Amino acid sequence: MNPTYLKYELIRAVRNKRGFIISLVFPLIFFYLIAGGNRHQQLGGISFPTYYLAGMASFGTMGAMIALGARISAERSVGWTRQLRLTPLSVRNYIRAKVLTGYMTALISLALLFVAGATLGVHMTPKGVLHMTALIVVALIPFAALGILIGHLFTPDSMGPVIGGGVSILAFLGGAWGPVGGDHGPLHDISQGTPTYWLVQAGHTLVGAPAWDSKGWVVVAIWTVVLGALAAWAFRRDTSRI
Amino acid sequence: MTTATDQRTATAGIRLTSLSKSYGPVLAVDGVDLVIAPGETVALLGPNGAGKSTTIDMILGLAKPDTGSVHVFGMTPADAVHAGAIGAMLQTGQLLRDLTVRELIAMMASLYPNPMAVDDVLSVTGITDIADRRTQKLSGGQTQRVRSAIALVSNPDLLILDEPTVAMDVEVRREFWTSMREFAARGKTVVFATHYLEEADSYADRIVLMARGRIVADGPATEIKATVGLHTIKATLPDVPIPALTALAGVQSGERRGEAVVLHCNDSDAAIRALLRDFPAASDISIAGAGLEEAFLLLTGDDKSEELS
Repeated sequence: MNPTYLKYELIRAVRNKRGFIISLVFPLIFFYLIAGGNRHQQLGGISFPTYYLAGMASFGTMGAMIALGARISAERSVGWTRQLRLTPLSVRNYIRAKVLTGYMTALISLALLFVAGATLGVHMTPKGVLHMTALIVVALIPFAALGILIGHLFTPDSMGPVIGGGVSILAFLGGAWGPVGGDHGPLHDISQGTPTYWLVQAGHTLVGAPAWDSKGWVVVAIWTVVLGALAAWAFRRDTSRI
Repeated sequence: MTTATDQRTATAGIRLTSLSKSYGPVLAVDGVDLVIAPGETVALLGPNGAGKSTTIDMILGLAKPDTGSVHVFGMTPADAVHAGAIGAMLQTGQLLRDLTVRELIAMMASLYPNPMAVDDVLSVTGITDIADRRTQKLSGGQTQRVRSAIALVSNPDLLILDEPTVAMDVEVRREFWTSMREFAARGKTVVFATHYLEEADSYADRIVLMARGRIVADGPATEIKATVGLHTIKATLPDVPIPALTALAGVQSGERRGEAVVLHCNDSDAAIRALLRDFPAASDISIAGAGLEEAFLLLTGDDKSEELS
């Protein structure tokens, strides 16, 4: 991968107002607003700021990955993808650069939240931070596929509701805003079936919570396979006609 | 053993052989054969729907020919693109946003094996003064110039411009052609599509005329201009035989339409003087520059069938 090309992709991702607000500004604001006022409370068995650090990390990193879909969609609609067909850049490397950019913005979002967490006294060890980051990187794979899928499926006009609505519903169901459905029952099962739930759980490893059980790996793997296949289909459908 | 012809076509800038392409029932390009030598500046001239853009898309590898083949410097379009040998400015398209002009050019340059220096591209295309502006804040003319810079950034041997000046005002158009000329002077091959005869005549060494998917004329610009740069004189003039009128200076051909006559002239100034001198009875006179459409119909001999149908 060409580092210069990647550098400018990252600059664009950070400069883009909507992407910047969704993946970098919103999570920080919500973290301070919600966790700041309840810093001595407990939620889901762990300290409130820690729970919200994990929740907002999932919200921000997920937003960063889905924003790559918004960029693909926008570039398709203005004929930029066609212009790129006249360069040696292959469509695969184009997508790879988009995914890498998504990951880099996700990691920036995460780093900002770690700093914010430290200011609210969230207890962090280097081991916990590494563990959480590594597991989040894995948990984001299905979201990268989701980004590619919507990027090839929707026009920029419909992207606002798709991202705004989709991210919010997935974030809520997965427990980013607080535990959903208690300890058991249908809502709890639905929540555990979302990829966001495991993204939030990955966040809890920061304070030494156990990593995913086998159910977590299976859920994330299934979402990866299904969304990956759909993304590959949408990508091929879109790039075969020029 | 290779003959001289083989060698010439092997090193041709562009070689199109029996190229055809249809979109549904529409035959957009119909058996085009064309060889363009390295270093030539060629205009593809024709009305809308003549097949210019489809031909260009096939040269660039953006469309696949139904039959026939395309070679660019002896390579397939995909290989030529990969080698950075082709630069193109397509008819439509916006710029990537959230970058400055300089950043965008640098980003594109990074994709090619032997790009031009970014500052060099900026100065050739006259956009050094807007280099630090964000791409989404440019005017239409500035956007077109940045698009031309993107076409040049790979330092291509072949530059393809598909109706590049459509969205430009007169001054921007002139500056644009000045920079393209400067680029062509480096020994580059330039092919541009246009439906303006003046533009083809001013900037091309050679004009390839297309109509209805076919090449209907191909030659030096001056020659083609003489063929299609016709003016039409219409006048009401009963009872004069057509041969008496086509014998007048400046008149190339003519036809009768009831009481009226229509004269196709290669020199309408001389023709109108001769007409009024010899046939003072002529009335309701109008002189019009023939549109390209009309010129093509004349060239392809399709005007008669058109009138009958």
